[in-house]
Amino acid sequence: MKSLFINSLIVLLGLFTSFTLFAQQEDLMKLLGEEKPEKVRVKYAFKSPRVINGHSIEFLNPGTMDFRILHRFGELNQGYKNFFGLDQASMRMGFDFGILQNLMVGVGRSTYKKELDAYLKYAPIRQSTGPWSSPVTVALVSGITMDGLPWSDPDRKNFFTSRLAYYFQAIIGRKFSEGFSLQVSPTMVHKNLVQLQTDVNNIYAIGVGGRLKLSKRIAFTWDYHHVIIGMPDSGYYHPVSVGFDIETGGHVFQLHFSNATGMNERAFITETTGQFGKGDIRFGFNLSRVFQIGKKKRIKQVE
Amino acid sequence: MKKIIIVCIAALTAITSFGQKVFTKTAEVYFDATSPSSPEKIEGINRSGTCVIDTKNGNMQFVALMKGFAFERALMEEHFNENYVESHKYPKAEFKGDLKNIDKVDFTKDGTYTLKVKGVLSLHGESKELETEAKFIVQNGNIKASTAFSVQLSDFKISIPGLVADKLSKTAKVGINCSLQSLKTNP
Repeated sequence: MKSLFINSLIVLLGLFTSFTLFAQQEDLMKLLGEEKPEKVRVKYAFKSPRVINGHSIEFLNPGTMDFRILHRFGELNQGYKNFFGLDQASMRMGFDFGILQNLMVGVGRSTYKKELDAYLKYAPIRQSTGPWSSPVTVALVSGITMDGLPWSDPDRKNFFTSRLAYYFQAIIGRKFSEGFSLQVSPTMVHKNLVQLQTDVNNIYAIGVGGRLKLSKRIAFTWDYHHVIIGMPDSGYYHPVSVGFDIETGGHVFQLHFSNATGMNERAFITETTGQFGKGDIRFGFNLSRVFQIGKKKRIKQVE
Repeated sequence: MKKIIIVCIAALTAITSFGQKVFTKTAEVYFDATSPSSPEKIEGINRSGTCVIDTKNGNMQFVALMKGFAFERALMEEHFNENYVESHKYPKAEFKGDLKNIDKVDFTKDGTYTLKVKGVLSLHGESKELETEAKFIVQNGNIKASTAFSVQLSDFKISIPGLVADKLSKTAKVGINCSLQSLKTNP
């Protein structure tokens, strides 16, 4: 009985050993076990921190500075005498800085109304995959603009604060796939001083922006803001922009057509005078060049 | 009873010696694709390469996640992932191959060995035969392995746009360093 037990044990062990031999032919990586799924941030929803006019859910990388030159030409329907608007140009020069992966600030100056603007953008929630992930990015923007024109009525008592306007924006966006991203941005603009007695100080709008990638380096983008409350009775329209993002090395070119002249939130949401359907469309471009100004990552290999 | 115990111990030893494998999850993979005329270095490093080597028969596998490559400039990392290796479609680089004459390496004694490696490298959806040499240094029971080879970008259908042709080299020099530990398998 005892020897039978030992014999069967040896046979079993023999089988076992042959199994191990067999196992050597299979995937060695499986021996390390399954990797635990990690929370990974979804990156590159947009090529730039701006869709076209409005802020996007994308941030600059920490330690980088984006030098942006924005141009808006005249209206296309002015025809040949103004070379379809190209004879006139309005611009904004801006510097944006990436501080953290979810925090950035920027300043800019526009020729339109000689306006200075500054903003801070922060994302409490970023779209990610893995455990405890969020399907969307939520970003909050707070900005201020300062009109730089001489007082229109110098005789009355003018306050410095009358030059100021503020805007607050929440952006909820998602990169649905590698090629498609969409975002919605409820916005409030507060002007300390308005032009007419009938104008309101607080203007509410909702923006919709998106990107459809056409190739690795070219994307179709659109950006629309619908003014819900505070639209003056006549002469003003909702800003619409459509365009293409073209990426070349360190630059991103954003070429687009828009009915807006303004290049900050106060200006393009509340002061768009062109009517898209009537051909009051302007050609424009945003040129962005990103510089590394912070500490570079160490990538030297240890010997 | 004693016999059974002896048989069991002998069998267990046999199994462990059969399952003689070494591994790492922190291999350093470095690449340099800088063209001679480029004003800036185009190089990246991944410090979390995974490698398993069967020291009995020389079978080996190596995996590096494309998203794990770090670059000096964040924009390079973005372009690397988005435009060149398309890491969303092809998340990893993988090598499966054999170390020739691994039985000549005595992992219990200090020494330096150079072995031929032959296998298939897969990345960006393409596979290509690769032959190179790997150096093994055994010192105080620690095993260090390193290798270097060149990769032709066109072999892996990684296209270089004309705009950056003067910066990006057509071949990338790759260097790998790792220290291996023995893998405890529970059969």
